[in-house]
Amino acid sequence: MPTTLSAQDPEAAARPRAGDQQDRQRQAGYAAQLDGVSKSFGRPGARQQVLDGISLDVAPGEFVTLLGASGCGKSTLLNLVADLESPTEGTIDVPGGRPALMFQEHALFPWLTAGRNIELALRMRGVPKAERRQEAERLLTLVRLTGAYGKRVHELSGGMRQRVALARALAQDSQLLLMDEPFAALDAITRDVLHEELTRVWAETEVSVLFVTHNVREAVRLAERVVLLSSRPGRIAREWRVGIPQPRRIEDAEVSGLSVEITEELRGEIRRHGRH
Amino acid sequence: MAGTETERPPESGASPAGGAQKRDGAQGRDDAAELAGLEAGLDALDTRAQARIPLARTLREKALPPAVAVVLVLALWQSAFALELKPDYQLPSPLMVWDALAEEWYKGTILGVVWQSVSRGALGFLVALVVATPLGLLVARVKVVRAAIGPVLSGLQSLPSVAWVPAAIIWFGLTDATIYAVVLLGAVPSIANGLVAGVDRVQPLHLRAGKVIGATGLRGVRHVLLPAALPGYVSGLKQGWAFSWRSLMAAELIAISPELGVGLGQLLETGRVYQDMPLVLGAILLILLVGIGIELLLFAPMERRVLRNRGLLAAR
Repeated sequence: MPTTLSAQDPEAAARPRAGDQQDRQRQAGYAAQLDGVSKSFGRPGARQQVLDGISLDVAPGEFVTLLGASGCGKSTLLNLVADLESPTEGTIDVPGGRPALMFQEHALFPWLTAGRNIELALRMRGVPKAERRQEAERLLTLVRLTGAYGKRVHELSGGMRQRVALARALAQDSQLLLMDEPFAALDAITRDVLHEELTRVWAETEVSVLFVTHNVREAVRLAERVVLLSSRPGRIAREWRVGIPQPRRIEDAEVSGLSVEITEELRGEIRRHGRH
Repeated sequence: MAGTETERPPESGASPAGGAQKRDGAQGRDDAAELAGLEAGLDALDTRAQARIPLARTLREKALPPAVAVVLVLALWQSAFALELKPDYQLPSPLMVWDALAEEWYKGTILGVVWQSVSRGALGFLVALVVATPLGLLVARVKVVRAAIGPVLSGLQSLPSVAWVPAAIIWFGLTDATIYAVVLLGAVPSIANGLVAGVDRVQPLHLRAGKVIGATGLRGVRHVLLPAALPGYVSGLKQGWAFSWRSLMAAELIAISPELGVGLGQLLETGRVYQDMPLVLGAILLILLVGIGIELLLFAPMERRVLRNRGLLAAR
């Protein structure tokens, strides 16, 4: 794949944005704001609290990872921000319009080709028919899948599927991209490559990212800010600003160093649950 | 990967000059090219090429076995005839059946008879499709409707539609309405149930993904729910056609009147009245051929296409 047009020419990849949504976000000063968000499941009497008093701002263009052990409600938190579920208490404000969401599974529609999957998202956004094809090809080039337009989902490898899913998420032209462990099911080398891709795409598109993972190194590798959640109920335990400059690698000494520190903290959080 | 290690050892990668957040200049371009190359390699390694199966092998594996089976059945039939297990007015030979059909052919009526039935079957099937599709969607998606008529709908599938013929004759007399009523009562439950099964098997993840990209309400039904349910829907259609055809034959066999014209069912009844066993067997053969023909020419390719597009047909 010799065409790395978008990697070299950020201008060509800069997406036309819905102006008023961007204005709203600029006025608000954040891409997402969670204020005292709690979530409980179950019937009264047998309620289980999953999230407790989460307050978090994601700045425009910021890359935040939410890190936590299983059962900390991090996926639930993303579903709340994506408006797939409603919080029991608290408010969530996403001024940039409906956020895009990427799942652990690619969630591409198997009855459509890769290109058509992207075009469906464009169509739902109201992009006129005449422009969809070109826009889909541009997004495929952005994730370095030039020529994959007519491929069926089952003909693509796991890494390629996730890249198409990323392109489809970007097709929503949302100011906020939510990612729910999108690389957890991939092998290590593919995951490394997709980390680099995501960092590049994020830098080129200026989208804000809220990325959920249980993988500490992945969190440090990608994020500007790592937010550690405690489990049952999920609360914000600690935050780190990651000052390590991009491009980073998962095996970099600085990434490892911070990962060790965060892992210690995470283990402490998990140990607390064994005590009672 | 060895080249990568020497170019960018972990120590140097952790602290590039200037601490710039976004990659720039020649370093960035090298990284991009290296990443593109790595990615292209991964894509190539991970993608499987699908070879086309040669025609000769398809014929050998798909066409030969049924042909052999037909020849065997004909041979058994012929030997039963030769052994005179039954008198020939009860058990005619294959050739006698062929002659009976040929005679009908020379009378010039047989195509009209087949067309009469096929056109009725097709029209009944199309009307059933139009009725059953919204019905199936309602049952699948609206809880109250499912609780109310879901069990009845699946129960109706096990009711032989011939049971409706007497009721239909009392309601509509010996008219086309009777025949279509029986066909609809036979086909609508299968098509609707197929659609319900298809919708039930839709992955929740696809519905959520649809919601995320903004395919909600009717747009969600059109762009996500229906296409996702298509495999179940198509097998419902296939079964719906089989039920239409069966019900039609039952109706034609019983509802006989000059105004109704002559279909394959009536031809069968004529054969019975005249004790003409070759004609009876010939009519049965025609009914079977039409049923199988439409299944093979229309529904089987449709189903194969739907499954192949989704990669569900690969390893067979």
